[in-house]
Amino acid sequence: MPKRNSLWANIDWITVILFVTLMLLGWVNIYSSVFDQEHQSIFDTSQRYGKQLIWIGAALVIAFVILIIESNFYVFFSYIIYGTIILLLILVLFIGVEINGQTAWFMVGSFRIQPSEFGKFATALALANYMNTHGFKLQKLKSLAIVSLIILTPAALILLQNDTGSALVYFSFVLVLYREGLSGVVLFFGALMIVLFILSLVVSNLVLALILLGIALIAFFVLNPKFKQFLRIPVFYMASFLFLFIVNLILGKKYEISFLISIASVVGTLIVLGYSFRKRLKYFAIICYIFLGSIIFTFSVDYVFNNILGAHQQARINELLGIKSDPLGAGYNVNQSKIAIGSGGVWGKGFLNGTQTKFDFVPEQDTDFIFCTVGEEWGFAGSILVIGLFMIFLTRLIWLAERQRSGFSRIYGYSVAVILFFHFFVNIGMTIGIMPVIGIPLPFFSYGGSSLWSFTILLFIFIRLDASRYEKF
Amino acid sequence: MDIFSKRKYLVIAIFLAAGTVFLIKLFGLQVMDSKYKVSATNNVLREIVQYPARGLVYDRNGTLMVFNKPAYDLLITPREVEAFDTTAFCKLLEISKEELNAGIQKAREYSTYKPSILIKQIPPESFAYLQEQLYKFKGFHTQSRTLREYAHSSAAHVLGYVSEVNDNDINRDEYYKPGDYIGASGIEKTYENQLRGVKGIKKQLVDVHNRIQGSYLNGAEDIPAQIGKDIISTLDADLQIYAEQLFRNKRGGVVAIEPSTGEVLALVSAPTYDPGLLVGRVRGTNYNILLRDTLKPLFNRATQAKYPPGSTFKLINTLVGLETGAITTNSRFSCYGKSTTPIRCTHNHVSPADVVDAIRESCNPFLWNTFRATIRKYNSTAEGFNVWREYVASFGIGQILSSDFPNALSGNLPKESLYNGIYGSGRWSPLTIRSLAIGQGELGATPLQMANVAAAIANRGYYYPPHLIKEIENDTIPGSFKKRRNTKISPVNFEPIIEGMEQVVNGNLNATIGVPGLQMCGKTGTVENNQGSDHSVFTAFAPKENPKIAIFVYVENGVWGSRYAAPMASLMVEQYLNDTIAAKRKWVEKRMLDANLLNPNQPK
Ligand SMILES: [Zn+2]
Repeated sequence: MPKRNSLWANIDWITVILFVTLMLLGWVNIYSSVFDQEHQSIFDTSQRYGKQLIWIGAALVIAFVILIIESNFYVFFSYIIYGTIILLLILVLFIGVEINGQTAWFMVGSFRIQPSEFGKFATALALANYMNTHGFKLQKLKSLAIVSLIILTPAALILLQNDTGSALVYFSFVLVLYREGLSGVVLFFGALMIVLFILSLVVSNLVLALILLGIALIAFFVLNPKFKQFLRIPVFYMASFLFLFIVNLILGKKYEISFLISIASVVGTLIVLGYSFRKRLKYFAIICYIFLGSIIFTFSVDYVFNNILGAHQQARINELLGIKSDPLGAGYNVNQSKIAIGSGGVWGKGFLNGTQTKFDFVPEQDTDFIFCTVGEEWGFAGSILVIGLFMIFLTRLIWLAERQRSGFSRIYGYSVAVILFFHFFVNIGMTIGIMPVIGIPLPFFSYGGSSLWSFTILLFIFIRLDASRYEKF
Repeated sequence: MDIFSKRKYLVIAIFLAAGTVFLIKLFGLQVMDSKYKVSATNNVLREIVQYPARGLVYDRNGTLMVFNKPAYDLLITPREVEAFDTTAFCKLLEISKEELNAGIQKAREYSTYKPSILIKQIPPESFAYLQEQLYKFKGFHTQSRTLREYAHSSAAHVLGYVSEVNDNDINRDEYYKPGDYIGASGIEKTYENQLRGVKGIKKQLVDVHNRIQGSYLNGAEDIPAQIGKDIISTLDADLQIYAEQLFRNKRGGVVAIEPSTGEVLALVSAPTYDPGLLVGRVRGTNYNILLRDTLKPLFNRATQAKYPPGSTFKLINTLVGLETGAITTNSRFSCYGKSTTPIRCTHNHVSPADVVDAIRESCNPFLWNTFRATIRKYNSTAEGFNVWREYVASFGIGQILSSDFPNALSGNLPKESLYNGIYGSGRWSPLTIRSLAIGQGELGATPLQMANVAAAIANRGYYYPPHLIKEIENDTIPGSFKKRRNTKISPVNFEPIIEGMEQVVNGNLNATIGVPGLQMCGKTGTVENNQGSDHSVFTAFAPKENPKIAIFVYVENGVWGSRYAAPMASLMVEQYLNDTIAAKRKWVEKRMLDANLLNPNQPK
């Protein structure tokens, strides 16, 4: 039996060491990316690495303070913390300072604080508390509604600050809900929507409709025990197409063939739907619904893309998907970032020898694009190290979460892991060109006090909860 | 253990899948793909802007007027600067140590590792030597630009000048970046888009120490700069230079137009300045000197001065009288010389006078009677005035004539409301506004507008918008320049006026303004001036049939129209049409060249 009362013995030091390692690696790269012959002292607080050193020192103090507070505190005060942060998020919209188009900052003296950074741990606490209450069941509509409200309220407020990246982070809670019993179907449809979104922008709607039709036919075939019954389905489609084709001929070829095929696939599906109801083929109906839903979604994507997304968001997505390339415009950052990372080779150019990241070729090189410096100066070896560390770190967090006795700690632990994962995934994905440019920091790596502290708080509350895993609460 | 415990595997699987995808992608980027390994020597790509040379400007006969000369900027990259001999460096660049230190400080504030311009526009003479010595000074390099050079130091107001872009220019058009040049006045401004060309980009490999290692992909991705389009101006360089010589030590303006096209042959605002003064490093200093000059050389009198046209305006008033039927060629009015009321005549001549006599003698009483008759022809003074005003406006008076003069003013052509405001509606009569009859009072017209009137008279009733551009290389000139505009006067009514104008030249002024073998038609004017000597005005065209040149000359404090403006106009017409001044007229030329009228109180 481990020593129940010794806090320091129960702390998971592996996680703490991983945390410190990531933070120091981050600092080394910030130092390199803004390195300047004239300011060589690492304590030069006029330079960003000097400042980051202060942030790191403060982060360690914050970590210590969090650890010496009783773990019950975080449970009992979770709603109050959440409520306070929500209030701050509302307040910042009115009295906040606008920087780079985002009204996300409070000015306290010469100090800038970004409340949205602290929304993450507050939401995780509130979520953990609510989902741990007696009688909570995700399958109940009321529970689901309140859970959604807890997650989406801060997300919406952050969206109002014009900080899309930070708002998107809240989507990662879906994984927590999944772990706690949310139907896997939700994940399936989420993934389906993302795939359809990308495909509908890359290939023409007609091709996509035909691909979907093909998939639906294969699904019918796989699910159908009777071959004869299955054979009727293509016949339905052919018949509806022929019918439309003849009608079009009579009308004097008013419509394009591609349009007819699209309509025929929908009409055909409706017939199949009617047929499956008559024959009581439940799976057929489900496939039909998914197919119709996909078609409607596909066609609405164009509308959403062209009418709802802003021009720079369109440009970023176009760039990512290779639809329209503009290496000096929207694609500039990613292009430069890929050049920097790619030029690193296997072993990198060595510490302080990066050139791409030093000459301002890569913008935001010490915040959102910090991974460029890793890639350029430490090469593929460095990439493996950093990604490997994050993998170990994230898996360790899941392992820690799973060993909790209390639902509160487990849910909070999962929240920590998925939030950090989302940041990791989007940030590095962006620098290597497989995610659109969404400006969110790489945890513990990127320059900046607010983000470093918020990640520290997020993590150390969990480490504190984990240290008390033998206590009952 | 809860029933969903197994779901941790999917979550971990997602994490590991993401990590794996990243590593595969990074393996591709960093190990497989050599595209991003620009070279093994840690090279970086730098985009160097290629500045195009501006288009050249020629005169109508193909004489080069504006061209480019190379100049060089010296750039500094502060972090690469090593200790150097500042004394030698300052001597090399002919700057003081303070200037050098201030420049380095400014560059440092901008960026320590990005180059910024330390010294602009070093002339090629100094550059050659500088380039030889530059290797001693680490962290400095040069870039080449081009500056304007003028073949004749003339036509400053027409050609305009080029200056560095300001914040407004940068905000208005994203083509411009700080440090770029832009046409700031004249043709340089109006045709900036054609003249400037298109900047190019050259990609070069630069090592960590900013040393250029060669071109990237052998220049495959370079975008070459496109040089600006050349412009053929309508000016006649010889005439322009001659006009400027005649206007030395005088104030005023002259505009000469080819009536059949509206092409401006010469445009002078005196005193003028050498356009070369506003080029290169001395631009700022010289600009301030010119700005403070009490003779206002930067002010374009030819397009911005609202001069009362004086007697030259009588041509229009007579034409309006004939066109409205207020008078006919048979109408005669008595003139009692100095005792005539309400406007006295300044000449002694036959009386009663007809139209031709009146133009020849510039008879004020005749013009007064004509003006009154014109307005009285209508039901009310106001109606008559408005009809008169429309006729005058059809000559382009009171309007901006063309897009080629960006800062031109429209002058003053009074409106009914002005007099209603002064005297009250219905409480003014032709007598009240009689000054208009003789081209004074509230009237104000620029020399450009009056030269255009001369062109319209030469054409017997129409004009083309005056313009400065004949051709643009691989481009078209604005269509409006080719659009004929008709005055509201019938061609037939011009004949007696032109007859009168011919008699002006052939009369007792013939000794000073008559050019042998040239049928010139003209009209003098003298504008009263309370602040000093009167102003001398002359408008003319020649030859009488198929006119080739219409001209308007305004000489401030020139006393009489016949004393300076008329001889100067005749010399310009002679120079333009005959390419030389006849020997027997050399004394007139000398007198004009020698005259100094800068003292506003010339002896009468
Ligand atoms: Zn008279």
